[in-house]
Amino acid sequence: MSRVSPVLVALMVCAAGSAGAADLSLNLEIPSLPVAEYHRPYVAIWVENPDQTIAANLAVWYNLRGDHTKWLPDLRQWWRRGGRDLKVPADGLTGATRPVGQHILKFDAAAAPLSKLAPGNYALVVEAVREVGGREAVRIPFEWPIKGAKRESVQGSKELGAVALTLNP
Amino acid sequence: MNKTSMGIALALVTFAPASFAARAWLLPSQTIVARSGGWVTFDAANSDDLFSFNQGSMPIDALSVTTPDQQPITAQNVAKGRTRSSFDLEIRVPGTYRVAVAGDTVMARWEEEGKPKRWRGMPADMAANIPANAAKLEVEQTQRRVETFVTVGAPTALKTSGVGLELVTTTHPNDLYKGEPAKFQFLLDGKPAPDLEVEIIAGGTRYRDSPEAIVVKTDKQGAFSVTWPQAGYYWLDAAIDDENATVPNVKKRRAAYNATLEVLPQ
Repeated sequence: MSRVSPVLVALMVCAAGSAGAADLSLNLEIPSLPVAEYHRPYVAIWVENPDQTIAANLAVWYNLRGDHTKWLPDLRQWWRRGGRDLKVPADGLTGATRPVGQHILKFDAAAAPLSKLAPGNYALVVEAVREVGGREAVRIPFEWPIKGAKRESVQGSKELGAVALTLNP
Repeated sequence: MNKTSMGIALALVTFAPASFAARAWLLPSQTIVARSGGWVTFDAANSDDLFSFNQGSMPIDALSVTTPDQQPITAQNVAKGRTRSSFDLEIRVPGTYRVAVAGDTVMARWEEEGKPKRWRGMPADMAANIPANAAKLEVEQTQRRVETFVTVGAPTALKTSGVGLELVTTTHPNDLYKGEPAKFQFLLDGKPAPDLEVEIIAGGTRYRDSPEAIVVKTDKQGAFSVTWPQAGYYWLDAAIDDENATVPNVKKRRAAYNATLEVLPQ
């Protein structure tokens, strides 16, 4: 499953699931950068507790060709907050790096890992790091469970473009 | 001898016990390694510039590497150069590795027919190397530990040995970040070392005018805290001179400790 696109899985889940199921969706842009040597970024996406520990891992994208897990600690925040405890590849979580462009991820509120979230305040964190490039992390706070439709977005400045979180009740 | 050189000579005599040895350090090529493990290279040198190997190499005959499950492992590709020693470690088991050069030696000074003699060696070899009737004999025990830490995957707890001056890593030494406080404790012979001056200096001293040392004192429990102003490698230094030598028939003792710590950006 780790090699199947999470977007595809999300779409399949949506198609199969009952209409109107609550979900959390994420629009994330990997920007085109005018650099001589470009490599797709490693990206970690997770739900953060107020004490900055990881409440739920949502996605980790890294180079799956050969053993490149040695570079996962470069996702510095994710690594220290719990990436270092995670065995990779992990089903439904890890996947290949993504190309420049818009990426949409959808997570069913009633399915793991979101179904395990206790009511409270969280932040969605997206961290990206690029070989011979830079690192950037953005945060979008949100409240759980979903009470009403909500859309929040932040603009990355270097390694990430626009990142938008949509909560559908 | 003019007044100035006399002053210097006096100063040398006064501070002689503290010795002027250059700063001793180990420098790992990285301190955080992914879960699959890998190779880490270390440099070992004595130099006042941190961490530039521009003085002398540090002998690593007394190197000991302890795995997370307290097993010893052997360094590979060990080389001794003029300005640095170096070695590789292949580390695969997840957890924290302690990489240390620790020693317990004695230094003896005496006079023979009016000429000064000195000998440094293992406490067990004292009798064979110091004449029984040595005149003006002065013996000092030196316990020293120069160490650093590397973690594969998630950090694991470190154990102390109860010998000499040691650092208790209340905050894990591979979990240090810019702007965050780290807590440590010093032990001497396994007991808290209170009121001990600790000096912490960031690497790259060649590129600034002042050492910008952070100087802290341990509290009654031997504990201290430091908030890292920048990311990078830091050198930590502390030493105690006392009269509690653990070698029979020796009084004076110097217990010294140095660690190299890597602080990461947020």
